[in-house]
Amino acid sequence: MRVFLHQLRAEQKLFWRSRELAFFTFLLPILFFLLLGSAYGDDEINGVSGYQYLLAGMIGYGAASTTFAGLALLLVIRRESGVLKRLRATPLPPATYIAAVLASIILIFLVEAVILLAIGRFGFDVPLADSIASLVVVLLLGAASFAALGIGLTALIKSAEGSSAVVNALYLPLSFISGAFFSEDTFPKVLQVLAAVLPLSHLIKLTRDVMVFDDAVWEHLDNVAVLAAWGALGLVFAVRGFRWEPRER
Amino acid sequence: MNAVEVKGLRKSYGGFEAVRGIDFELRTGEVFGLLGPNGAGKTTTVEILVGYRRRSGGDVRVLGADPDRAGRSWRGRIGVVPQTGELFPNLTVLEHLELFAGYYEEPRPPREVLKLVGLEEKDGAKTRTLSGGQRRRLDLGVALVGNPELLFLDEPTTGFDPSARRAAWETIRALRALGKTILLTTHYIEEAHRLADRVAVLRRGEIVAFGTPADLIAQAPETIIRYRRNGEEVVLETEEPTRALHELTGQAMRDGFDLVGLEVHRPTLEEVYLSLTEGPSA
Repeated sequence: MRVFLHQLRAEQKLFWRSRELAFFTFLLPILFFLLLGSAYGDDEINGVSGYQYLLAGMIGYGAASTTFAGLALLLVIRRESGVLKRLRATPLPPATYIAAVLASIILIFLVEAVILLAIGRFGFDVPLADSIASLVVVLLLGAASFAALGIGLTALIKSAEGSSAVVNALYLPLSFISGAFFSEDTFPKVLQVLAAVLPLSHLIKLTRDVMVFDDAVWEHLDNVAVLAAWGALGLVFAVRGFRWEPRER
Repeated sequence: MNAVEVKGLRKSYGGFEAVRGIDFELRTGEVFGLLGPNGAGKTTTVEILVGYRRRSGGDVRVLGADPDRAGRSWRGRIGVVPQTGELFPNLTVLEHLELFAGYYEEPRPPREVLKLVGLEEKDGAKTRTLSGGQRRRLDLGVALVGNPELLFLDEPTTGFDPSARRAAWETIRALRALGKTILLTTHYIEEAHRLADRVAVLRRGEIVAFGTPADLIAQAPETIIRYRRNGEEVVLETEEPTRALHELTGQAMRDGFDLVGLEVHRPTLEEVYLSLTEGPSA
């Protein structure tokens, strides 16, 4: 536990000092919320206020950008620069290390979600969910599933140079198709079908149902199941493909 | 007891045999040099000894344990300076030492390590602002902060300028004086000569010479005679310099040619090394 907390503190320091990572994964969803909110926050979308609609999308986008994209980038860069290999030669237990990295990125996502919720609540009168417990369960489930996918993704990325291109090419279209920025109701049918398969649309829908419609999380076990299934898929890739060593040169 | 014992170690990658059955041991408290050109199998050997790679054959004991199966407390007793690899660009020198110190049960105080590797002045500098030599010293510091008994230094001075290399040698001597057992790989024979108690010369995955640096020099021919004839350099190696020189000058006088740039000398370390690593297969 002492080593876990020691590593968690170091992970926090490392994340906030890496300005690009902190900006693109943490700050960007908050900026988009303000920006898109100013564009159509006062409109009505699917029967609710634009701000209410957008907030759930930005929380989902935040989960994808921190626990999926941010985590994958951070691990690939550390792997390819030889840091992971070096850690393996120390008595730091691998499980403790992974746990601390995961806890750190999930904590960062939760901080981001709280900031988004606070901006929504105090800036734009978006009411909080009736069931805070349901909201917390949804956020943690989303964070865990995307973190598993993020670690799984590192197995498919060969080099540090190409990592941000690969990660961006995945999570930005994913966020768009899944209706993080705009309602997907106006999208072509093929994109809507694709969105229904992808995990992020389910996380956004769950967040929206819990926040806007005050549903409890267990009323939407179908969405929970799809999200968890993606998480399990990520876990399989993570367990099978995770490497400590950089690519052979 | 020996700190490291290696018997019949083999490692192949696909069809390529990087290490072809080598034997050596490290006595506790000595500095042992693995010397050889690039691609001789030095790094592969070190990576097997520290548990990064699994061997294809043979037996290896490091501090009494098999590196493939050794656990946390074993890793707390070894220190590794890898040949390549970076640290965290946004952490300072002292923060690195504090981070790694936290992984060990009984670390050496980070401030003390700073002094040992000569980075006291740089304690607050971010790693990305350090020079190549300073980074290498931080690599060593990170390996030392766990206060290991056994240190693996994989080409610790490659790319250093001569004065930085001398400073690094001083540090390694200081570590030896602290009672550390050290395995050092290098492709600089002078480095092995200055630092190592015993040396194994590796060539294409095999040990081609073994002993103290003085033993290696003793294995070389007694004397080397060089001269140029018709613009061609001629090198003679001989155990009987007087007779060889007498015959050579006699022949030159008789046939009326000149021994241009005639030199008679003991082989240099460089020549000993090249004859071991580039000569015909043993």
